[in-house]
Amino acid sequence: MPILFAASSATWVRWLAGAFLLIAVSLPARAQLSIEITGAGLQRIPVAIVPFAGEAAIGGLTQIIRADLERSGQFRALEIPPLPQLPTENSTPNYPEWRARLADALLVGSVAARPDGRYEVRFKLHDVVQQRDLSGIAYTLSKEQIRATAHRIADFVYEKLTGERGVFSTRIAYVVKRGNRYELQIADADGAGEETALASFEPIISPAWSPDGRRVAYVSFESRKPVVYVHSLQDGKRSVVANFRGSNSAPAWAPDGKRLAVTLSREGGSQIFMVNPDGSNLRRLTTSPAIDTEPRFSPDGRWIYFTSDRGGTPQIYRMPANGGTAQRVTFEGSYNVSPRPSPDGKSLAYITRNEGRFQVALLDLANKQVQIVTDSDRDESPSFAPNGRMILFATVLGERGVLSAVSSDGRIRQRLSTGGGDVREPAWGPFIE
Amino acid sequence: MRAVLIAAFAALFLGACTTTPTEDEQKPAGVEERAPGAGAAGEKPGISTVDLTAKPAPSDIDELKDPSSPLSKRSIYYDFDRFDVKDEYRPLVEAHARYLRENSGAKVLIQGNTDERGSREYNVALGQRRSDGVKKMLILLGAKDAQIEAVSLGEEKPKSEGSNEQSWSQNRRSDILYSGEY
Repeated sequence: MPILFAASSATWVRWLAGAFLLIAVSLPARAQLSIEITGAGLQRIPVAIVPFAGEAAIGGLTQIIRADLERSGQFRALEIPPLPQLPTENSTPNYPEWRARLADALLVGSVAARPDGRYEVRFKLHDVVQQRDLSGIAYTLSKEQIRATAHRIADFVYEKLTGERGVFSTRIAYVVKRGNRYELQIADADGAGEETALASFEPIISPAWSPDGRRVAYVSFESRKPVVYVHSLQDGKRSVVANFRGSNSAPAWAPDGKRLAVTLSREGGSQIFMVNPDGSNLRRLTTSPAIDTEPRFSPDGRWIYFTSDRGGTPQIYRMPANGGTAQRVTFEGSYNVSPRPSPDGKSLAYITRNEGRFQVALLDLANKQVQIVTDSDRDESPSFAPNGRMILFATVLGERGVLSAVSSDGRIRQRLSTGGGDVREPAWGPFIE
Repeated sequence: MRAVLIAAFAALFLGACTTTPTEDEQKPAGVEERAPGAGAAGEKPGISTVDLTAKPAPSDIDELKDPSSPLSKRSIYYDFDRFDVKDEYRPLVEAHARYLRENSGAKVLIQGNTDERGSREYNVALGQRRSDGVKKMLILLGAKDAQIEAVSLGEEKPKSEGSNEQSWSQNRRSDILYSGEY
């Protein structure tokens, strides 16, 4: 059963187009992402989400919270029977009654209008099994912040019940190709509210979020060759990171946000360099006669994982972040590319070719075990959710590019697709503080 | 005279739309409002940077496009997972090397391409290996390094859109473009 989310209005991104290659974006969002869950966790936590008293005044909050939690594959939202009186954060719930409805947890709350035209949301989460209050929060919001507030409440519930941070408030970037038009889009993690950050008649690839979530680096072919840009999402300002002679590609942010690793061909071949976001302080990191590309920093900033064919076939290697001797990381198979260290640094997602199929593999860096976590066959560009729980990736379904997500244990699968066009190059953004 | 004007106008127009780094220096970082190659505010983008002396003479443009000239052939195709210029394309590369040798002001952009299989970024690197190979061959045949920029479009600009060997063989390709053509 596909769950459809309405798209909110797109912001208008304005900049002067460089000749006719780029077009200023002034289009409303038209094709929302839909998300279909094709698998679920073995143990889903049954949670009763009671409609918040007074939420009708803002068009509802709890259906967004409910959809977030269910989409994660880790929760089962219980049907709430018609109740004579909605329990709120102020009432003490009848725990045995909710336990009889098989709820492990109960979310109650209320929405009240404030004199300033805004609203106040209060909620409380209860552990029905332990019969205790897991606390709650009050938020003040305007009508424009309904979705964001619902995602924050879902994050609260997720963290209280699983012990991990939720990612419902995070955003994703991806590229949509429609005809000869390419759009770099930014959407909420549930696919709603997408906005176009850049539109071009030439390809855009490899979006990479800055650690603070304010900027995205990417490769644009608008000058008939690959050039690396950094794009500030708030104001649409773009600056060149690398436009050297030859090709400039594969940007990756250092965890401190002060440097990027990029692949340049300026000195012949494809080699990895370090550069500041403003294009200054260029320094070469690899010196091999082979291809070295797709750099990615380990979360602690000490290592750079990258793809190289120095051993004859493309394999993943790692080297110290300031350059130096590289060690080979992948050994199984003849095509292992696109390394993505997990947020906890303990595993590595990448794309492996397996009898002609390109699939997402997960390598446990401690015990070296490899697990193929997808069952599609043209997978590309894996990207971890910032809590490490899901991996977003691009694949092809019926000759059309779509986005999919899979849990790190391979059990939960989601498919995201827009109404039209090829969707590719997903990148899951960081936690927003 | 008319031909000269048309050529000059075409060069100006095309120059305004493209970035052609010819030095090994970083193009200045800047916000998008300063389009790549643009001059100061108010000027038409790129006009100040076009070097007419670097353009081939109009008669040469004709030669480059004349279907009976080997110079009109611009594409080199590759076998799967191969990067070497096959013997059948040697005359093509030799003709362009001769042209570059005889026209020291002429400049080319070589765009390497791959088929769609595999990682987009890795394919950018594979396409670069193809264009670098053509560049190296042109230099061995007497063209100057400064006349040639080798870049890669990876799998991003397929000539043929299908997901089969027939399309893929069209997309494993290097294209030679002269100044004013890209």
